[in-house]
Amino acid sequence: MRPRSAGLRRARRLVAALVLLAVWQACSVVVLPRVAPYLVILLPPPLAVASAFLDLARTGDIVVHVLASLKRVVGAFLIAAVSGVGLGVVIGWWRTFGDLVDPLVEFFRPIPPLAWIPLAILWFGIGDTQNMFIIFLGAFFPIVVNSIAAVGGVDRTLVWGALTLGGSRWQILREIVLPGALPTVLTGLRIGLGVGWMALVAAELVAASSGLGFLIEDSRNLLFTERVLVGMILIGLLGLVMDRGMRLLQAWLVPWAVSWR
Amino acid sequence: MPRLVIADVTKVYTLPRNGTALPALGPVNFTVDEGEFVTLLGPSGCGKSSLLRIVAGLEAASSGVATFDGEPIQGPSSRRGMVFQEYALPPWKTVQDNVELGLKFRGVSKARRREIAARYITLVGLVGFEDRYPHELSGGMRQRCALARTLANDAELLLMDEPFGAVDATTREIIQGELLRIWGEHLSPRERKTVLFVTHSIDEAIYLSDRVVVMSRRPGVIKEVYADPLPRPRTDEVRSSPEFLKARDHLWSLVRDEALRAMTERVD
Amino acid sequence: MSLGARGRALALPLAFVATWQLATGILMPSLASALPPPSKVLAEAWGVLASGDLLASAGHSLWRVLGGVVVAVSLGIPVGVGIGLSALFEDIVDPAVEFLRPIPPIAWIPLGILWFGIGDTQNMFIIFLGAFFPVVLNTVSGVRAVDRSLVWAALTLGGSRGQIIKEIVLPGALPLILTGCRIGLGVGWMALVAAELVAARSGLGFMIQSARYALATQRVILGMAVIGVLGLLMDRGMLWLERHVVPWVTSAR
Repeated sequence: MRPRSAGLRRARRLVAALVLLAVWQACSVVVLPRVAPYLVILLPPPLAVASAFLDLARTGDIVVHVLASLKRVVGAFLIAAVSGVGLGVVIGWWRTFGDLVDPLVEFFRPIPPLAWIPLAILWFGIGDTQNMFIIFLGAFFPIVVNSIAAVGGVDRTLVWGALTLGGSRWQILREIVLPGALPTVLTGLRIGLGVGWMALVAAELVAASSGLGFLIEDSRNLLFTERVLVGMILIGLLGLVMDRGMRLLQAWLVPWAVSWR
Repeated sequence: MPRLVIADVTKVYTLPRNGTALPALGPVNFTVDEGEFVTLLGPSGCGKSSLLRIVAGLEAASSGVATFDGEPIQGPSSRRGMVFQEYALPPWKTVQDNVELGLKFRGVSKARRREIAARYITLVGLVGFEDRYPHELSGGMRQRCALARTLANDAELLLMDEPFGAVDATTREIIQGELLRIWGEHLSPRERKTVLFVTHSIDEAIYLSDRVVVMSRRPGVIKEVYADPLPRPRTDEVRSSPEFLKARDHLWSLVRDEALRAMTERVD
Repeated sequence: MSLGARGRALALPLAFVATWQLATGILMPSLASALPPPSKVLAEAWGVLASGDLLASAGHSLWRVLGGVVVAVSLGIPVGVGIGLSALFEDIVDPAVEFLRPIPPIAWIPLGILWFGIGDTQNMFIIFLGAFFPVVLNTVSGVRAVDRSLVWAALTLGGSRGQIIKEIVLPGALPLILTGCRIGLGVGWMALVAAELVAARSGLGFMIQSARYALATQRVILGMAVIGVLGLLMDRGMLWLERHVVPWVTSAR
């Protein structure tokens, strides 16, 4: 297992990516039509996907859908973040409160946010509220769980050190526990955002009239497979951007924390 | 008039899994006078760190009483400062912020904090590193920062829990000398802090202390309180003097049996 | 757990159920269509169990999850080991993995329907996609986490490449591989629910979706509870497996 230079590895990956594109192109344009002409519906070639994207961009449709999805995610995520971190920190810090409230959280946590969709439709109908409710549920639990662990994971000797310096309970919470918990809280927020994004797609698939999830389901119904692929790629891309953004935020806010993937 | 009195102190831990009692310490009886440097010496697990935490007020004794200046110890206080083996320095605070931390807790003004901290940073020899973070410092430097922090808070009793355990062997000898200088070895007992030091290193105990309290293996009781014969100030050469070797022989004979037995006991 | 602690743990959940029963069962029966009281949900459970519907739905969902996860694990572990051990393999496979991974399995549902129609294959495809990537990623981490000195020791004992993989790397990576399987199972279960909500004619997801159309809210709630409980049981089962198959790991759980 000899080490290879970084340049060679980058080159190999580039070639692999290009080969992948070529195989895709070949499948769509050469292989599938030979099996049966209508099968082209199943896998449009890369160029068709690209031009479908440009079409949607030109009419401004894509912007409408992306903004609709982003608006829902950001709104619900912020609510989940504030309530989740708040609740998690309190559960982690106050033993008696935690013993009482944590079981209630654990009571609801195993129900996947997506399983709430039918109930949410019954309660809120089809629209933004329902979507945001599902996203909130998706983001809330990872955030709470990580915030609880964050508070519990603060190095005990740091707390002891502060105690022997004469710190009061509040001072220790502010100077030691909250900064010490920050890395894991941020990880929880990043995971919560990821789950929330996924929950959004599902909620929009089932019950929405705008947004990326709606786009791919609607395009499927109309057999516009190129648009389905455009939607899928955009969903993946935006999810990736949000995840990278959160990681950058983590690196900026808590540079002292060892980062692991 | 002794400043610190340990009277019949014991510590019993209960295992959370099955509730069995694990006697860790005691009963222990000894005193520490003003300005004295007393070391607790014993094998791993003998309860010396537990005893230190009891004096710090971080743990409660299962029975017996520890008093400081006549008052029973019931909780942590800035008058009994502690230096930990793992430094206990919040990694997000600079050296300056760390040394000021106790003062910040006590509401000292920013300008005054800066002034006091500067004095102790100079004392421990960390000038120029005020804006560095702990992960940018060596082990020895981190421990000096922790020491400055406790001193800056004007603790009257210094509790040190194997502070040089994580420091490499060469640095350790140098920093031991530094500790004696910072403590004020050359001053009279009334002018310097009272120190209770924990270690498992015989050489370290002999080099630093006025008296060495030798403890048995778990549950730790006192085997002997040994008066250190070496004159002060302690120089580097004293480490190879005949008095040092005689002291080491004596302490080694006390500790060896305990260490051997501790080695072959089951870890429960 | 001591009796007092156990009591405190059950306090709020029990209080919640009691308040719920009180609220829509007795005080405000007009709201019962939106939130049927627990008594009605239990009655529904009894009925659906007796008719065999619940077992059939749950069985169908579990069958799909099993199929999808088994394929994901069978493909994912070799791919993960390959990526972890061979830089060449990693370079070849990485672009595809990094391109496909960010796309949530749920986003594949429309394409899956186009390709496979509505039915078991489509569902299992989505579950496979959900479980595959966690398995691969954790396997890679597991392989990379194997203590270098163990591999070196084996080399100085004359081990061949294949032997080292079998004797050192795979057992060493096993804890994280199992974690990956557990996470994959969890994601797969979630993906299943979504897939069945949209494109199935049986299973738990289909059950709650059709219950919604029929405005049978108590059945919706029952289905949600069953989905949650089954997911929890599977997760606990995997944890038990992890603890018993790899006892040498000092787990900090």
